[in-house]
Amino acid sequence: MSYFKKSPWIIHYDGSSCNGCDIEVLACLTPMYDVERFGIVNTGNPKHADIFVITGSVNEQNIEVVKNIYHQMPNPKVVVAVGICATSGGVFRECYNVMGGVDKVLPVDVYVPGCAARPEAIIDGIVKAIGILEKKRKEMDEKG
Amino acid sequence: MQKRIVIPFGPQHPVLPEPIHLDLVLEDERVVDAIPSIGYLHRGLEKLVDKREFPEYVYVIERTCGICSFIHGLSYCQAVEEMMKIEVPERALFLRTIGSEYSRLHSHLLTLGCLADGMGFENLFMGFWRVRERVLNRMEESLGGRVIQGTCKVGGVRKDMDGEMLERMKAELDVLDKEMKEMTGVLLRDDAVKYRMKGIGVLPKKDAFELGAVGPTGRGSGVRIDLRERGYAAYGKIGFEPVLETAGDCYARTAVRCRELLLSTRIIRQCIGKIPDGPIETKVTGNPNGEYASRVEQPRGEAVHYAKGDGGRYLKRFRIRTPTFANIPSLVHMLKGYELADVPVIIMSIDPCISCTER
Repeated sequence: MSYFKKSPWIIHYDGSSCNGCDIEVLACLTPMYDVERFGIVNTGNPKHADIFVITGSVNEQNIEVVKNIYHQMPNPKVVVAVGICATSGGVFRECYNVMGGVDKVLPVDVYVPGCAARPEAIIDGIVKAIGILEKKRKEMDEKG
Repeated sequence: MQKRIVIPFGPQHPVLPEPIHLDLVLEDERVVDAIPSIGYLHRGLEKLVDKREFPEYVYVIERTCGICSFIHGLSYCQAVEEMMKIEVPERALFLRTIGSEYSRLHSHLLTLGCLADGMGFENLFMGFWRVRERVLNRMEESLGGRVIQGTCKVGGVRKDMDGEMLERMKAELDVLDKEMKEMTGVLLRDDAVKYRMKGIGVLPKKDAFELGAVGPTGRGSGVRIDLRERGYAAYGKIGFEPVLETAGDCYARTAVRCRELLLSTRIIRQCIGKIPDGPIETKVTGNPNGEYASRVEQPRGEAVHYAKGDGGRYLKRFRIRTPTFANIPSLVHMLKGYELADVPVIIMSIDPCISCTER
């Protein structure tokens, strides 16, 4: 993993998840899994972030918030949908206030399966996202 | 009169793992009013009872919240069992009690860590979460999942714990106790932490009672409200005294949680000592008919699950009243009169769980 230009920072937003995936995302940062040793930091500011980690599905009220965070992030950026709710709606797909997966509003690059997604799976997803981020960066450089 | 300004707080905010929005009305740096608005997480899972048969609905109800998932499942099963007059085997009740206390341990460690993070004490956040992984490993081994377990079912539990596993759990409790004492000692004795929490967000006993504060928020103000005393599951056969503090500030609420960690390990030890042999589930025949409100003590306070059936495979109506929802009026009351910089600490001190609140 020595090839990236900058430490990939993530921003996490909880769509309408049950918290299960959220606390697993946080667990990735803590001593047992400790992704900070690779320079991956959870930031609260979208303008500092490269990777947008979103858990839970979208609904009428949070759709604007999700779009807003995405548009504030500088290019290149990658979206990771963590958990089955962010992928398709999961157990809640038939609920009246659930519109479905995050890909209804944003272009999603990586899907992480699981209910709740395990920290190992999330780390795997982030590593894939870093590869995509580097590819996007190169394409941007070539275009000038 | 000074000029008033309104500062939006959330829904996406560094100290909040979950979205809640507060409009803070400020006079200079002082909060004079707070207007909460919720709805970012609402899914409408209570309505799903129309589409899921009652034994399957346990999986949905466990996903009300990923932190107190086990106790939500327990409460739902309890409501249906009472309606159907099912006798749950003794061993299953003890296993449910052990599961509840493990999830209380993991929830309290999580929230104490997030509180430390909220005031910028990141080292302690990492410390609490390191201890929490130990609890989660044990939960995964015994209950079948880290955060969502699916252990409870109508009529009993799905998974048994053998004698060897219980012995291992008991041996590890001592290590847990030692590590938790070390961490809570740092939190409660640190001068900077005391400065941030003592005398901040005071909720007097009278107000706590009138606003209906539940759980550690109420107990931190001296209101004796602990549903475990009513003796659901196997709590009736366990001797314990609820933890009470009287100051009513952020420090008192945190101290309640710290002391409850040790209470939980004491309850688990008693359960392991007293657990009888026998079956872990009974056969369920028929459908629920009637109505029942089941009350349980979650890590954040009292939760009420109301269920109503009419003899069909599907429940007619289901409703949850969650602890954080009950605590929001107290939160708004606590925020008034304190500085903007204290707001994150006060919010974290009631241990908000937004996905419970909005369901």
